[in-house]
Amino acid sequence: MTRALLVFGVLAIFPLTMQAMDSLFYVSLASRILIYAIAATSLNLVLGYGGMVSFGHAAFFGAGAFVVGILAVEGVRSAWIAWPVAMAVAALAALVIGAMSLRTRGVYFIMITLAFAQMMYYIFVSLKTYGGDDGLSMPARSTLGMGANLRNDLAWYYLVLAILAAVLYGLHRLTRSRFGRVIDAIRENEARAEAIGFPVFRYKLACFVIAGAVGGLAGALIANQSNYVSPSLLHWIQSGTLMIMVILGGVGTLWGGLIGAAVLLGLEHLIADYRIGWLAALAPNYQDHAGLAVGAVLLAIVLVAPEGIAGLFRRRRHA
Amino acid sequence: MLELRGVSKRFGGVVATDDVTLDVVRGEVHALIGPNGAGKTTLIGQISGVLPTDMGRIVFNNADITRLSAHARVHAGLARSYQITSIFRRFSVLDNLALAVQARSGSSFSFWHPLASESPLFDEARSIAAEIGLADKLDASAATLAHGEQRALEVGLALATRPQLVLLDEPMAGMGPEESNRIIALMEKMRERLTILLVEHDMDAVFRLATRISVLVNGRIIATGAPQAIRADPEVRKAYLGEELAA
Repeated sequence: MTRALLVFGVLAIFPLTMQAMDSLFYVSLASRILIYAIAATSLNLVLGYGGMVSFGHAAFFGAGAFVVGILAVEGVRSAWIAWPVAMAVAALAALVIGAMSLRTRGVYFIMITLAFAQMMYYIFVSLKTYGGDDGLSMPARSTLGMGANLRNDLAWYYLVLAILAAVLYGLHRLTRSRFGRVIDAIRENEARAEAIGFPVFRYKLACFVIAGAVGGLAGALIANQSNYVSPSLLHWIQSGTLMIMVILGGVGTLWGGLIGAAVLLGLEHLIADYRIGWLAALAPNYQDHAGLAVGAVLLAIVLVAPEGIAGLFRRRRHA
Repeated sequence: MLELRGVSKRFGGVVATDDVTLDVVRGEVHALIGPNGAGKTTLIGQISGVLPTDMGRIVFNNADITRLSAHARVHAGLARSYQITSIFRRFSVLDNLALAVQARSGSSFSFWHPLASESPLFDEARSIAAEIGLADKLDASAATLAHGEQRALEVGLALATRPQLVLLDEPMAGMGPEESNRIIALMEKMRERLTILLVEHDMDAVFRLATRISVLVNGRIIATGAPQAIRADPEVRKAYLGEELAA
């Protein structure tokens, strides 16, 4: 509890500090990180808590983004309509994909979720009316009413922060509920969970659908973040990025998604946009190979923290 | 109570169970014995619904359950334990048992209300823990228990579903005599309120507990009867019991 207050306290003060320093760019970067944190957290529910290694989570993220983009182009700009529709469409996609892929296990599950997500990717690429592979520009951000102006980057940041807080609190409650216990048990010993009377498939599917819906919400936010929706949001590389965030931050931990998103996106920004003197002295054009540099740092982090960064905190607390 | 009619299962070309017809009567301890590879565990899998049945019918309490899912059979009153211990290793003993109680007490599609506040689940789990002799291990994680304790928890998980018929697949597997006696004592208590289908290699235990015995050899039931009749059956002696009972 104190940890949550501390984290959200810092996150709440952050944009004010940046404003005072006249660096509003960082507020936008931070909103982006928080949105990815929501997406990664939703993946963590299936991957970490549910033990279902889904390699297609970008499908729900991207679908949510496209729903908001398409609705905006068609004149529906109210967040109260567009965002729930984005969640519902993502949930429906998760229901269909989950109903088929959750009959498989292990590597097959990884491959089939990947295949479904790639199918969705190609569907949106071929949707010429809505930009095809060029993507879709939104006329403006969704509107919230109640006097809130989401075009203001500060207001936008606080809205995203509030949604992240709600998602994390929801996850916290879920993991301590009856449902959360069943999900835990299924990850631990699926056959026995069935043998003591739990309809395992239904619980896994419900978990998958909830995660899909929240992934769709994150997608709705990312569309608004840049007023632009690209099919690359559904690409398997995006699914991989979300997985890296979860693994980096901590599989099956409440804060794993947020930590992973912050570290990965922060690192990418740092390496691409800042020239680190001593590193440049060693390898003058390292920034041309930013991906390699990020990879090297990720490798180092995973070696130091094999259970994710959240795992480091846990260990220290118990020691 | 449980009727198998011509139940068969093949794995590729291998016949695991072959035209098995078997009746388990309410209130009895029915032992299923047979040499290794006879198909005992396969049959338990078919009765519990983990393995699909290729041919034949399984009837429980006068309802055909041949195509019923494993979890639905548990709710019908049919639970099993495993020969190879299958517990929730990272859960505490209390949480293991409370989970099994939770499975039959209302829907678990509840996402908000904290489980920890549902004291009836944990109260009942405690009383089951006492029954299986783990009352002083409630907070120990299941992985840290001794082998005999894990076997007791294994049986406890099946009991916690409050079955009418429990399928116990070698509950004493890998146990020393002292631990075995604990499980035998537990089964003697259990038999007063539920029906047991017991797969067991320990012949002392089988003859001590069983009201009736069926002998499975190469996937087929070759004899069913009272312990004394089975002991005397020349077919059974030839096929299986010979060396052990001659002594």
